[in-house]
Amino acid sequence: MSYVTIKGLSKTYGKRTIIENIDVSVPKGQFVSIVGASGCGKTTFLRLLLAQEQPTRGEIHIDGAPMAREPGRDHGIVFQRYSVLPHQTVLNNLIAPRAFRSSFWGRLSRADRAEERAKARATLARIGLEHVADQYPADLSGGMLQRLAIAQALAGEPKILLLDEPFGALDPGTKIVMHDFLQELRDQSGMTIFMITHDLGEAFKLGDRVWAFDKPVWDATDPEKNAATITYDFDARDDGIPFQTLKERTHVLHAR
Amino acid sequence: MRWINRKPGALLATVLATLPFLAVLLVYMIGSDMRLAVNPQDKLLPAPTTILATAERLLTEPDRRSGEILFWNDTFASLRRLALGVLIAATTALITGIGIGMLPYLRKSFAPFVSVVSMVPPLAILPVLFILLGLGEVSKVALIVIGITPFLIRDMSQRVIDLPSEQFVKAQTLGASSTAIALHVVLPQVLPRLIAAVRLSLGPAWLFLIAAEAIASDQGLGYRIFLVRRYLAMDVILTYVVWITLLAFLLDLALRLLSRRAFPWDGEAL
Repeated sequence: MSYVTIKGLSKTYGKRTIIENIDVSVPKGQFVSIVGASGCGKTTFLRLLLAQEQPTRGEIHIDGAPMAREPGRDHGIVFQRYSVLPHQTVLNNLIAPRAFRSSFWGRLSRADRAEERAKARATLARIGLEHVADQYPADLSGGMLQRLAIAQALAGEPKILLLDEPFGALDPGTKIVMHDFLQELRDQSGMTIFMITHDLGEAFKLGDRVWAFDKPVWDATDPEKNAATITYDFDARDDGIPFQTLKERTHVLHAR
Repeated sequence: MRWINRKPGALLATVLATLPFLAVLLVYMIGSDMRLAVNPQDKLLPAPTTILATAERLLTEPDRRSGEILFWNDTFASLRRLALGVLIAATTALITGIGIGMLPYLRKSFAPFVSVVSMVPPLAILPVLFILLGLGEVSKVALIVIGITPFLIRDMSQRVIDLPSEQFVKAQTLGASSTAIALHVVLPQVLPRLIAAVRLSLGPAWLFLIAAEAIASDQGLGYRIFLVRRYLAMDVILTYVVWITLLAFLLDLALRLLSRRAFPWDGEAL
């Protein structure tokens, strides 16, 4: 059952085609890791998926909805940097999604505010940020910031979550902690996730599926000439070796 | 050890900071002494004691004709014009700056216009203001507004454009309307920038104020300075100059403290 459907997608700036011929479909709840060298259209693909830009050709549909013309509530996004509001406390950053969508003015009524505060505190406790609830993002470490950013994006109740190198700036130890954090959130929410990363290990560890963006043809004299596309679509479940789950009862294995 | 790595201690730093002030004072005193030794009636460089005596007279003795202390009247009149002008300019700049910075339609139609208008020398159109608005308060306030608003608008719109685009995208994905983004993402983040820009434009604001007062007024700090110039009353002029400098410095300090107090999340402040 296809949740995100992408048909014949291509994007051209002036004369340069960045990506072309992308035809994929992603079922609900799948975790897609996107890897590829710099300049191979990963970021362009993400911007199209976010509806930050419109494709030159092709279509993107999320949950059967018509194509989005601007970033909206269907999309949750976490960038590598600048993902939270620097002028609001950690707690208010987590309330912001509810406040923003509550009204045209983006402000909650007094009663709602108290209720949302309580909810946000509970969320903060769950993601281990309760002790910094009233501090500003500038006081937080990189890992804490990204935990807040992911929680904020999920509080917007999006249909898909897009992660643009979310752990790229973190040290290896924090990264592993963040992987567990993300996997746990994913198990709880069943969210459909797209993650761009440069870390292949991370891509295969977290993803159900790994897309490699590359140019099928490289022009030696003009590296920017050809467009990129998804050149490989790996099934990364079961440590990258699919079809290992035995579907039938084999007496051989149980014999010993 | 290299000079770029040597740092003065706390005490020495204070001494070093006071040194230039003392040097200027010393040079003045020597010059004043030399001139007074030749001619005790010299008016160009009055002795510091004379200036202090004049200052005391200006601050405390009421005017014989009106019975009011002119010094405080002048101060009040000037500060009122300055405050009005700066407030109007800052409010206008905040609103238009956010508009130009956020909305492509407004940017396309007004950004080139503002940059051209900001090139008009405000003092050159002062006569126009006097002719159109009369010689009263309005034309003086208008000169300050016209003088600093274009700079403030350009600075504000640039600050809005400089905000990371990630924040705009994020707010949109969280369901914020353009108005909500303006109120909760842009406005709080450019307010400290506005205060910083206002601090920078206080210098020009004083310049325009004193220029307008010098040409047509019946009270005000600038008016008084240019009035007593006719009598070579250097003691009065210097008292007023020191007072204006002190006022400007205190205003700047107050704005800096306000910025630090009101925006604790904003680390940088000069």
